[in-house]
Amino acid sequence: MTTNIDMKLKQPTASSHLLKMLGRMAFVLMLVVIGLFFAIPLMWLVVAPFDANPTMAVKWPEWTLSNFERLLQNPYALGSILNSLLLAAGTMALTVMFGTLASYALSRVRIPGRDALLYGMLLLSSIVTGTAAMVPTFQLMNAIGLINTQTGVILVMAGGVLPTVIFILKDFMDSVPKSYEESARLYGAKPYQILRDVVVPVARPGIAFIAIWTVVQVWGNFLVPYILLRDPSSQPAAVMMFTFYTESGQADLRLISAFSLIFALPVLLIYFFVNRKFGFRFYGGIKS
Amino acid sequence: MSTLTESPPVTRTRHRRRADDVAGLGARRAIAFVGPALLVIALFLLFPAIWTVYLGLTNYRLTGLAAANTSFVGLENYASAFTDPSFWNSLRLTVVFVGASGVLGQTLLGFTLAWSLRRVTGWARSTLEALVLAAWVIPGSVHAFLWIALLDRRGGTLNTILNTPGKAWLIDNPMTVIVLFNIWVGTAFSMQLFSSALSAVPPSQLESARMAGAAGWQQLRDVVIPNIRGHILTNTLMITLWTFNTFTPYLLTAGGPNGKTEILSVYIYQTAIPGGQLGFGAALSMIMLIINLFIALMYMRVGRSKK
Repeated sequence: MTTNIDMKLKQPTASSHLLKMLGRMAFVLMLVVIGLFFAIPLMWLVVAPFDANPTMAVKWPEWTLSNFERLLQNPYALGSILNSLLLAAGTMALTVMFGTLASYALSRVRIPGRDALLYGMLLLSSIVTGTAAMVPTFQLMNAIGLINTQTGVILVMAGGVLPTVIFILKDFMDSVPKSYEESARLYGAKPYQILRDVVVPVARPGIAFIAIWTVVQVWGNFLVPYILLRDPSSQPAAVMMFTFYTESGQADLRLISAFSLIFALPVLLIYFFVNRKFGFRFYGGIKS
Repeated sequence: MSTLTESPPVTRTRHRRRADDVAGLGARRAIAFVGPALLVIALFLLFPAIWTVYLGLTNYRLTGLAAANTSFVGLENYASAFTDPSFWNSLRLTVVFVGASGVLGQTLLGFTLAWSLRRVTGWARSTLEALVLAAWVIPGSVHAFLWIALLDRRGGTLNTILNTPGKAWLIDNPMTVIVLFNIWVGTAFSMQLFSSALSAVPPSQLESARMAGAAGWQQLRDVVIPNIRGHILTNTLMITLWTFNTFTPYLLTAGGPNGKTEILSVYIYQTAIPGGQLGFGAALSMIMLIINLFIALMYMRVGRSKK
């Protein structure tokens, strides 16, 4: 014990030092345990798609890309990804168009009861969630003949996200300098020209934000298409994924693993790359 | 920016309304602009909510005799819901689920992460945050399968780690599983919210507490918690609303085994869609909408009192 003297000299601080060390170790241990809790389920998604013989367990894979070929051969897998793209793009287009028009008008013209309308819509969209409204929505779609159509899903999803979209976009519209529009108007531009050529380009970050946000909302949504679409050829990836592991007797893990990764990757990329620009507001949005 | 938005003072005082409407939209065109969005919201969000009130008072069914001639049954659906043990069972499970996974689990774990990571920098922090976030952003049906693989009876990773071969977690402890599952899915929100809240706590207050000799947990209790009280309330109400409305546990257990994880959202689905009892399902939805309204109004009230 060469440090014996040293230890004796610093007796009181040494024990507190030890305590501090122990505390530090406990702290690190806690973070490691939490990290493992989050990492272990995720690991399967990282290794299984590249394993020639995937099992339910996480293990070192026999590297291959053949699972992705299998995915291409499955008639439903690729189609469902395309359906997801279609639903996301359709809802996004509708939402961006209607949301931009509405938020611009609400930002520039004092319609009586405007604030009450905005808050009322926001309240409505947080109460009438997909789960709480599944029965009447299903019934409504049956009644107006939009059951089993992708149009129906797009309209329901758009109705759900529009209040939040208008609320967020109005903020962006409020910050567009009014002098731009004044001068455009002096040169004789019509209101729709001003919107298209002056306001939309300036508010582009806001519009991009809500466009991406809408895509993320639709991409992962399971319940609405699950209830409204019965035909497998029109179902999106969220529903197809569920079908893959519930309806076949022996789950095809090569297909499921590759499919999960392809299906999850776009939103992962959006969050980790695009989202850095937007920061915390993205999470504040109502993710159902 | 501020110089650009300033208009001459004359116009501002004389034509306040005109000065706002710089594009010359006018009330009529403004209504035409707002119209399409309002129509979609009215048809696909507002109308279903209102229709629930009516549907809940009928014996509407998907198939069978009552499907052909639906009749008005008054409050019968509510009466049978309140005497149905499976309704009370599902309500009890919902309270446990929301309380344990949302209010307690996600909030505490999210806060713990935010608090522990506030002074950690570098790869450890970004790795941990990325893991928590990744669990939150991947789609629900992928969430569910990852947990099915994790908990698999024969080859699942959890049984390998714990050395408990053959243990069927989804059958033996279904409620614990969906609670942990939901904590795993949703903690990211609380973590993000609290870490932005913590960064807004004035450092001078923490500094003086430290000078006065306050220990870590004392600083937490006397300085941090009072400062972020608003965020805690916001977080709790949001989490409550989302957890109450989540349908993802269905993807993992489908309400089973024997209704042991049949939370309200799953119970409504099972009754109304495969069960075909749309009238009864609508009455249950009405109960859910009222609970949602209650939570949301509380949230708005809290938001207003903060200002």
